[in-house]
Amino acid sequence: MFGYYLDLALRSLKRNRMLTALMVVAIALGIGACMTTLTVLHVLSGDPLPGKSARLYYPQIDPQDMDGYQPQNEPPLQVSWTDGMNLLHAKRADNQALMTGGSVPIQPEQSSLEPFYDDARYTTAGFFAMFEVPFLYGRAWSEADDDGSARVAVLSRKLNDKLFGGADSTGRTVRMEDVAFRVVGVIDDWRPNPHFYDLFSARYGGEESVFVPLTTAADLKFGRNGSMDCWGKGSGDNMKTATCTWLQLWVQLDSPAKAAAYKDFLIHYSQEQKAIGNFQRPPNVRLRNLMEWLDYAKVVPSDVRLQVWLALGFLLVCLVNTVGLMLAKFLRRSAELGVRRALGASRRSVFAQLLVEAGTVGLVGGLGGLLLAVAGLWLVRRQPVNYAALAHLDLPMLATTFLLAVGATLLAGLLPAWRACQVTPALQLKSN
Amino acid sequence: MDIVPILSTLRRHKTTALLVVLEIALTCAIVCNAVFLISNRLERMKMPGGVAQHELIMVQAASIGQQADAKARAREDLALLRQIPGVTAAALVNEVPFTNSSWNTSIKLDPKQKLATLNATQYYGENLLQTFGTRLVAGRYFRDDEYMDFADIRNNEELQAKVGSIVITQGLAEKLWPGQSPLGRSIYLGDSSVRVIGVVAGLIRPSLFNGDASAQWSMVFPLRMDTGNASRYVLRSAPAERERVLAAAAAALRKADPHRVILDKKTLDELRDDFFQGDRSMAGLMLGVCVALLVVTALGIVGLGSFWVAQRRRTIGVRRALGATRGNILHYFQTENFLLATIGIALGMVLAYGINLFLMVHYELPRLPAFYLPVGAAVLWLIGQAAVLGPALRAAAVPPVVATRSV
Repeated sequence: MFGYYLDLALRSLKRNRMLTALMVVAIALGIGACMTTLTVLHVLSGDPLPGKSARLYYPQIDPQDMDGYQPQNEPPLQVSWTDGMNLLHAKRADNQALMTGGSVPIQPEQSSLEPFYDDARYTTAGFFAMFEVPFLYGRAWSEADDDGSARVAVLSRKLNDKLFGGADSTGRTVRMEDVAFRVVGVIDDWRPNPHFYDLFSARYGGEESVFVPLTTAADLKFGRNGSMDCWGKGSGDNMKTATCTWLQLWVQLDSPAKAAAYKDFLIHYSQEQKAIGNFQRPPNVRLRNLMEWLDYAKVVPSDVRLQVWLALGFLLVCLVNTVGLMLAKFLRRSAELGVRRALGASRRSVFAQLLVEAGTVGLVGGLGGLLLAVAGLWLVRRQPVNYAALAHLDLPMLATTFLLAVGATLLAGLLPAWRACQVTPALQLKSN
Repeated sequence: MDIVPILSTLRRHKTTALLVVLEIALTCAIVCNAVFLISNRLERMKMPGGVAQHELIMVQAASIGQQADAKARAREDLALLRQIPGVTAAALVNEVPFTNSSWNTSIKLDPKQKLATLNATQYYGENLLQTFGTRLVAGRYFRDDEYMDFADIRNNEELQAKVGSIVITQGLAEKLWPGQSPLGRSIYLGDSSVRVIGVVAGLIRPSLFNGDASAQWSMVFPLRMDTGNASRYVLRSAPAERERVLAAAAAALRKADPHRVILDKKTLDELRDDFFQGDRSMAGLMLGVCVALLVVTALGIVGLGSFWVAQRRRTIGVRRALGATRGNILHYFQTENFLLATIGIALGMVLAYGINLFLMVHYELPRLPAFYLPVGAAVLWLIGQAAVLGPALRAAAVPPVVATRSV
């Protein structure tokens, strides 16, 4: 029966090409716009570390003085060197790392390559295991390297290709800011998006070329990037004693019980610091997990959400348009439907026949919408925004496109089909 | 034109008529808000920078390794840059408009205040105001002997207290002391205070992280930067010379210190373009959606109009046979469309207002100005009339003889 309905549908659609084309184009435009914007939203609000993110937490404490104190305020978004190091060395979590971003001049040994600046991450040994960074060669540095401010570095695959032609460079030397560093490891391609562990530099598409111990970077006064908030005496020249928050602390807590215990620990730490006079404010701590932190930091640009609303509105208009056109088309065939009814077709089968026709329009419209979405995403990738490179259609979104297109058109076909199968066969036969 | 017969006909096509009304209403509501968003973005892109926009270029250069004599290096660099033909001014500064990288601080008007008054940006650099080409509206710029080295005061609270003067923007002055002269008044930064000696018409903050309302909250300090603590050189030249000066400046800086990397070199126009890129593409996207919406709606009206005309061929023939002129038939369909459009537009206005309320809550947008509604209505009326013209003309062309055929 389905084949027959399909045949009928195609005949009917062919009979009125302009109207069919109009419906298909309207659906395609609406679906194309929706899928482009939804794909961007989907990519930008994704989980950067699936399977691990629920166990990663971003502790916040409030070390500021009473200047500007308001009880309802959120604690600072980052931690100071003193607190960061205290919490790191307390080792109360299953794993922990303290970090900040920076930019370092890299001086290749080859004379053919000019010195260049590249993005760096200054962090501690726990970073690599906690974030499950894949290693191509070698391994992460050790905690002893952190403590000793060792001149060691981990390179990205891209930088390793550039400097060492992709060879295993562990044990070799790379010069940065006139200092020789020993390469201990090379990581494979690793680009979590959003750049969750440091939202104070590029939020998407951020990628560090070189990793060095935070203590080493601080000793050598490597240039840092990102945001810094100070109070009291402020920064001065020595970041280790500065009353500024400028570092990100991440901890891994494997169970909710451990997370609750860690939160208590943060409160105790704040009380203790207040007791010895380092803190002045009452304890004010937060312990958000990765996805909560991204949500709190409003990582998805508001323009992207606005675009989704706009596209949904557009799709709605396209659908209303299709409902109207389909209704007109179906009602115009009242005579034909009357004959079918008179010959014994039940209301149900007429209804099914009309829905098949609507579904066919939806399917073709969906295909068109998919092409438009691919074109739309290509346009998005050409925009100079930091998330541009991420705008690709993935399999779930592909399936969603078709479901949305066919579902929406079937929904749009319901009313016209229902109206059309209400015809009284006798009346229609008579009028002809 | 009598509208009673039209209404009675529409009553027999309730569902279809309702769909046309709904489509027009939705289009009206979305287009009104989208056009409003576009105009907001375009307005934002015109935000004044307060500087000689078309005459400035920026070169960012960083030296590798620790600087032995950063102050001397900066003096030499600037002397070299000023020798480039066409360069009328040069400065080494800590921050540049439209770069999204800024130094900011909270300020108070009274040291005993518990909460800070506001957060403003700090511009440092010898000769900065003259090079940027800001417009002085009151007081004066810094004298040469007022400048101190940032490297010296950075870790010395005693010296910090000696930085006595500051130039601020009119926007900041108006915010701090509405309606009063800011000259001679004090601003407190931490424990030290500075006195306002000059006011410039405008100078935009390098990054607008606190919202557009604080875009002009800028302060300029008499501090001299060196290559150890600043990397951005700003040069001023005639607009036509910029490209040449840009290349010459980068070459001169490389030559003066081969142990140095040029990180960025751009005209201020390019920086400004990049800065507002998001607004530009958003406006373009909205415009595209608006056009697509109007086209889809117009085509929908054409489609339904054609259908109605075909359906009523016999009725039209009868009317023509009974004496209706072609003009009567044409007007009938035009009036019908006008009626539907009017109902749709009325509904659309309410919806437009609702969408605007939603955007005001979630996207901090201002209220939709009232004049958008009549303009939106006029546009939709025109589109409706244009779309229905074809089907209506076809209806008018139906010959009276149709009435006698069939049956």
